Amino acid sequence: MILPVDLLPLFEWFEDTSVGVVIRESLWLFPVIECFHLLALAMIGGNILVVDLRLLGLGMRGQTAAALARSMHPWLVGGLAAMVATGVPMFLSEAIKCYYSPPFWYKMGFFVLALAFTFTVRKRFTAKARADRVPIQGKLIALVSLGLWFTVGFSGRWIAFY
Amino acid sequence: MSLQAVLEVLEASGPSVAIRESILFYPLVETTHVLTLCLFLGMTSTWDLRLAGCALRSVPVSHVVNRLFPWAIAGFVVMVISGGMLFLSGPVRAADNPFFRVKMVMIALAGINAFVFHRTVFRWVEEWDEGDEIPRRARLAGILSLVLWAIVVICGRMQAYNWFD
Repeated sequence: MILPVDLLPLFEWFEDTSVGVVIRESLWLFPVIECFHLLALAMIGGNILVVDLRLLGLGMRGQTAAALARSMHPWLVGGLAAMVATGVPMFLSEAIKCYYSPPFWYKMGFFVLALAFTFTVRKRFTAKARADRVPIQGKLIALVSLGLWFTVGFSGRWIAFY
Repeated sequence: MSLQAVLEVLEASGPSVAIRESILFYPLVETTHVLTLCLFLGMTSTWDLRLAGCALRSVPVSHVVNRLFPWAIAGFVVMVISGGMLFLSGPVRAADNPFFRVKMVMIALAGINAFVFHRTVFRWVEEWDEGDEIPRRARLAGILSLVLWAIVVICGRMQAYNWFD
């Protein structure tokens, strides 16, 4: 990884945190946290999909994208919170492995992009999408959103392989 | 032929060996299986939460279920195909794993729960489609589905660890 600053000491510190040590030394803690990470994944993924499908003119067409996005919002935020709350301890338990794992860096990069896109461009657009027909920008936003979040999930799975 | 013998024949078969020994195919199938959670479980949990009275309360129940149903089915098909491939790559080890057995039983129970729901209380959904007055049976079916599928995910994840080899 080519980074402007050497982050390895920081990652070594992460690896030495008590949370990281406890998880690493336990046989079952990591798998259990991982289960909840996956359940939260289903929740976020479903949430994003329901709204993005609607922007594409698919799925729940009886409601406007604005209404769907508004009522799904608490579950999206809740799912993201659960994702971070389970992801951080898993990361701490294998921080140095993550440091040397290209998929980890892709995941973090795309996660930041996906978050920023979801809570700026996508949120602003869906808040105003009160018509039955979604204009072409909405379809583009849905495709970008699906692409970004898919890449986060895909590279997340590949941390285990590389 | 005993079940064990069938599993051993499967394990020795060409496709099983090919998936097991592939460098890229196996992780790709596994990633597909995991990410399709978003499509399958994402859709079912959306209507389960609606049935439980926790989400989309202003949307008629029939809209949530019927409009998302084809997507959930598509997700389920991908789940079964990718899951079948993962099973095929090591059927003896999988069938031996308690988590795998519990997972299969839970999938069967979730299926029965969905079948009963569609055959009973969902048949007269017009009577309770809108608003917060969800019949107890429907509410129960939603909560049961959420719990059963959560156990399926947990068992699926746990199965991958080599605790029983």
